[in-house]
Amino acid sequence: MDEKLLMKGNEALAEGAVRAGCRFFSGYPITPQNEVPEYLSWRLPEVGGTFIQAESEVAAINMLYGASACGARVMTSSSGPGISLKQEGISYISGANLPIFYANVMRGGPGLGNIAPSQGDYFQATRGGGHGDYRVIVYAPNSVSEMGNFPKRCYDLAEKYRIATMVLTDGLLGQMMEPIEFDFEPVDPAKLPEKDWALGNAEGRERRVIRSYDLRPGYLEKMTLKLAEKYKEIEEKEVKFEAVQVEDAEILLVAYGTSSRISKSALMLGRKEGIKIGLLRPITLWPFPSKIISDLSERIKKILTVEMSLGQLVEDVKLAVEGKAKVYLHGRPSGGIPTGEEVLEVIKKIMKS
Amino acid sequence: MYQGVIMSGFGGQGIISAGILLAYAGMTDGKYVTFFPAYGAEMRGGTANCSVVISSEEIASPVVAYPDTLVVMNEPSLARFEASVRKGGLLLINSSLVAGKPKRDDVKVQYIQANEIAEKMGTTKIANMVMIGAYSKLTGAISFEGLKKSLQKVFPRARQEIIDLDSEALKKGMEAV
Repeated sequence: MDEKLLMKGNEALAEGAVRAGCRFFSGYPITPQNEVPEYLSWRLPEVGGTFIQAESEVAAINMLYGASACGARVMTSSSGPGISLKQEGISYISGANLPIFYANVMRGGPGLGNIAPSQGDYFQATRGGGHGDYRVIVYAPNSVSEMGNFPKRCYDLAEKYRIATMVLTDGLLGQMMEPIEFDFEPVDPAKLPEKDWALGNAEGRERRVIRSYDLRPGYLEKMTLKLAEKYKEIEEKEVKFEAVQVEDAEILLVAYGTSSRISKSALMLGRKEGIKIGLLRPITLWPFPSKIISDLSERIKKILTVEMSLGQLVEDVKLAVEGKAKVYLHGRPSGGIPTGEEVLEVIKKIMKS
Repeated sequence: MYQGVIMSGFGGQGIISAGILLAYAGMTDGKYVTFFPAYGAEMRGGTANCSVVISSEEIASPVVAYPDTLVVMNEPSLARFEASVRKGGLLLINSSLVAGKPKRDDVKVQYIQANEIAEKMGTTKIANMVMIGAYSKLTGAISFEGLKKSLQKVFPRARQEIIDLDSEALKKGMEAV
């Protein structure tokens, strides 16, 4: 539908958000996600939106809280340390049932870490991240095309379920350029259905209240059990994954984002040598594609997770496999990027064992 | 076909621009492409490098660990990347600024006096285009037409005479090899 563009991942993410109807961004700079706010600083005013470079990450996420409560399609983005600072706000927003979209362009951690691509924030993203019982829908793109097209999916789900949604990506996908075609028509937020919960001018209607708490004994438990119903429905309906050559596979790779591209490279190299490798790529990290992994582990008895972290994704894989297959890990933390050749060596060792 | 390219030189030599042009031209030619820059605390006079992949098939990994072609724009780049070039690969050396000779004897080596050629055309700023022209001729991975069409897209704010000069520099690079 569109001309093919050569874009940087971070710029595709920003442009994709604008095309999906984003009209409010607040954030604070950090490498390797800086092209997102840089792009939005001129792009949002073009479409009548608001761009704010906040005084801190804490301020930025609380501005999002307010703008979202008023019904706007909102966005923030950061990298590891900045996302950590935003967790308090994300927890409040989740408790208040507000739809937001944000992105973590992961860098090496822990602490200040470095600016190299990494996947060390998997636990933080998939376990909620902040305090309390809540979940966030997590999309993990593995191409610049998906960087540009996933914000639309996130906004749609965020508003359908009134939930926080995020794109979990890394410095490599953020910095690289690749051709992209947007797979949706631009959304005019003024034409979206009115939100019957949003705050604003209350004249002539019932008062609306948005809050993340209920101090009456027993009431908060009821509120959180309501959240649980929503999470259950999302786990049933919104799982997304990609399966590559799993039909005849004797070893299954599980990887997301950048690691899934590297794993695919190992798969292609290994298949040329006659090694039957399959790949399962979770596209949503929460809800996690547990069922398909569980099903595949009935037949494929060797499963290798490849991740740019010390062993985080592997825990979800083990939970899904429930001991039905042997689960191995190849993890490179804090900026280490595996190569296809390196992963293939690991596969060969496992196949011999 | 598959070509993994690393371009390396000083910040300010147009390494990143040349890499983006390469990727854009590949896309214009109908190939799969990726471009990945070294990023972070980059500055004029510091080191700059980027990886470009041009392929007739879907590109699994954008990381070029072992390049098929290494474009060397300055002296330190040769020492840094020479060992990583694939056996039988191509070393394209800007001999205007690189005095040292490669130690490898299992790769093809091509010297180009890119800065001299560019200076004769009026500015050393287009030495990067001379190198890209030579790359296009030697590998056939991208066409001159693809490069020419891509110039305006990659440099949207450039005046027509600058685009014409870039285009001329690409041609000179092709003629130099």
